[in-house]
Amino acid sequence: MRRNPRRTRPWAVISLLIVALAFSGAWPGAAGAADPIKIGFGMALTGGLAANGKAALIAMQLWEADINKKGGLLGRPVQLVYYDDQTKGATVPGIYTKLLDVDKVHFVVSGYGTNLIAPAMPIVMERKLVFPGLFGLANNEKANYAGYFQIMPAGPRPALDWTATFLDLAARQNPKPQTIAIVGADAEYPHNAMEAARENIKRLGFKTVYDSTYPPNTVDFTPIVRAIKATNPDLVGVYSYPPDSAGMVLAAHEVGLRPKMFGAGMVGLQFAALLTKLGPKLNGIVNFDVWVPEPTLRFAGIEDFLKRYQAQAEKAGVDPLGHYLPPFAYAYLQVLGQAVEATKSVDQQKVIDYVHKNEFDTIVGKVKFGANGEWTTSRMLQVQFQGIETTDIAQFHKAGKRVVLWPEQYKSGSIIYPYEKALK
Amino acid sequence: MITLDLFLNAVTAGILLGGFYAAVSLGIAIAFGLLDIVNIAHPVFVMLGSYVAYTMNLRFGLDPILTGLLFTPVFYGLGVLLYRIYYASFERKGAEALRGLVFFFGILFIVEVSLLLAFGVDYRMIEASYVGRSFHIGPVGIAFRLLVPCVVGVALTGALYLFLSRTFYGRAIQAVAQDSFALRLMGANPFKVKDVAFGLAIGTAALAGALLIMIGPVEPAMNREYIGRVFAVAVLGGMGSIGGTLVAALILGVAESLTSTFYGPSWGVAVSFGVLLLALAVRPSGLFGR
Repeated sequence: MRRNPRRTRPWAVISLLIVALAFSGAWPGAAGAADPIKIGFGMALTGGLAANGKAALIAMQLWEADINKKGGLLGRPVQLVYYDDQTKGATVPGIYTKLLDVDKVHFVVSGYGTNLIAPAMPIVMERKLVFPGLFGLANNEKANYAGYFQIMPAGPRPALDWTATFLDLAARQNPKPQTIAIVGADAEYPHNAMEAARENIKRLGFKTVYDSTYPPNTVDFTPIVRAIKATNPDLVGVYSYPPDSAGMVLAAHEVGLRPKMFGAGMVGLQFAALLTKLGPKLNGIVNFDVWVPEPTLRFAGIEDFLKRYQAQAEKAGVDPLGHYLPPFAYAYLQVLGQAVEATKSVDQQKVIDYVHKNEFDTIVGKVKFGANGEWTTSRMLQVQFQGIETTDIAQFHKAGKRVVLWPEQYKSGSIIYPYEKALK
Repeated sequence: MITLDLFLNAVTAGILLGGFYAAVSLGIAIAFGLLDIVNIAHPVFVMLGSYVAYTMNLRFGLDPILTGLLFTPVFYGLGVLLYRIYYASFERKGAEALRGLVFFFGILFIVEVSLLLAFGVDYRMIEASYVGRSFHIGPVGIAFRLLVPCVVGVALTGALYLFLSRTFYGRAIQAVAQDSFALRLMGANPFKVKDVAFGLAIGTAALAGALLIMIGPVEPAMNREYIGRVFAVAVLGGMGSIGGTLVAALILGVAESLTSTFYGPSWGVAVSFGVLLLALAVRPSGLFGR
């Protein structure tokens, strides 16, 4: 006997629909409880800032694994959704629009660096989102957006407080330095830093004898260093990116530059790639940093984090030390996670209010944000390279090679002053 | 403040820098000037040379110059292979103008991404006993890190100059640049001549790359920063003139160094390109161009 197809077809269609709905997650209540909390961001995985961007991503994925091991947030797993911003600001608005409108992420956090945070700001401000920032310098200065929280410990007046560290430290030395030369690349960070440094120089009464910038693709730094040397400055403040920092350090040795203090804002002297090649040539340089393995900065969880990061870093071709950005990339997600757990909510405004009012325990120490979203107190370090005799990486895992001189609270040793003394 | 010491040091630093610029630009001068091949991927081969020098230095402690010399034949082979693909795909069909440019643009990205995948995005430097050391002749300080690239750059230019002017193949390369049809009438095969010449152009990148990583740290995307500068040197020298390339490199190096020392480094590159524009206004075919 033939079955009537008209009688069976509706049941088949309904069954198929039920299965499709269940798998698509659109069935209310069925899979909702296990839906992940999605955190979206763009990150520099190619282009100029990729070395740091990739390292930050490893740290963020470690946090994702850790939080999921503990049961996720609000009993739901956490999922990171990210795209490569190619270190291009132009890609950022599209990425964040897609994250919010297509991927339907619950939270967004920033990618790495000032230039890549700025293009995302209008979108997060328009939608009133909480926006943890990763190493942006003064991104919120003009917008003053309440939902922006920046994890770099620059302080309430980011550029001013940052550049003040080297200069305030210099002003305390005996004999007090009188003259200063500042030099930096023709790029956003050095420009901002030098502008703030000029204000601090004025405040502290130093006399500027050299103040110049150079193009970012400069090959030979010896003419610049020679011109600086000719002005015989007591202090030399350099605000540079990694290849320039290496060029300046090598040229300073070749030309025989001997100011009383040398360093300030050289990016790159925080990473193994340059540390292990410049080795003893770093001795005496006083430069900014954000975390070094000194006893005064051993916060709970940081050593365990670094061990796990370092196990992955070499394979990924990124900084094998991971002292600079990765702990902070982990920490800014810790802040967001703690705020979500405490408010028991994914409501943006509730999270924003909570972050403003509370202090957070992270692997980079206690973090409290001020009204403009920056740390309430600056904790930018000035460290001095001391006693480096080889180019071996192992020495940089230990204390005593990058001695913390500033701020007082985290000081781990005394300055060797003047610079020349540290070279002997 | 202009002092004699500072002036002499600036001129010396410029000459040293110029020698290095010459080494990096020679490949462009041959490919672009003599063969009419717009190889905009040349700087990425220089970068490849840097990474080869880095790897050999890291693994075996080999001096970058030695690595550069050892790998010149390998790069030569790579150049020959690349030219054969280019010839078969574009030049033979007369489609080399725009498609050839796209081809080399593609090569640039492939090599760059391959370097990214192999070495990551971190900066790489080499270790050599002479890096960071210098010596003095009177008031003039000379850094070994810049002296070695200059000497190698000048030697490489000299060797290429002699090859092109004294050997049969060298003269044939010059002839193919002037009139490949006439060369064919003489019984020579322009394809084979260009094969050798393009191999030589890429071969110079092995040494130039070794010199580059000796001067400072490199990362894969850095090649783009050199495109403008190497083309400027090749154009100022007169397309295809090997001696002209060296002279142009020295002029730009000295101009950059003097400006950096006395008027501020941010004007260095601008003044160099100003010199280029001025020279081209007077001699549109470059200083030694025909």
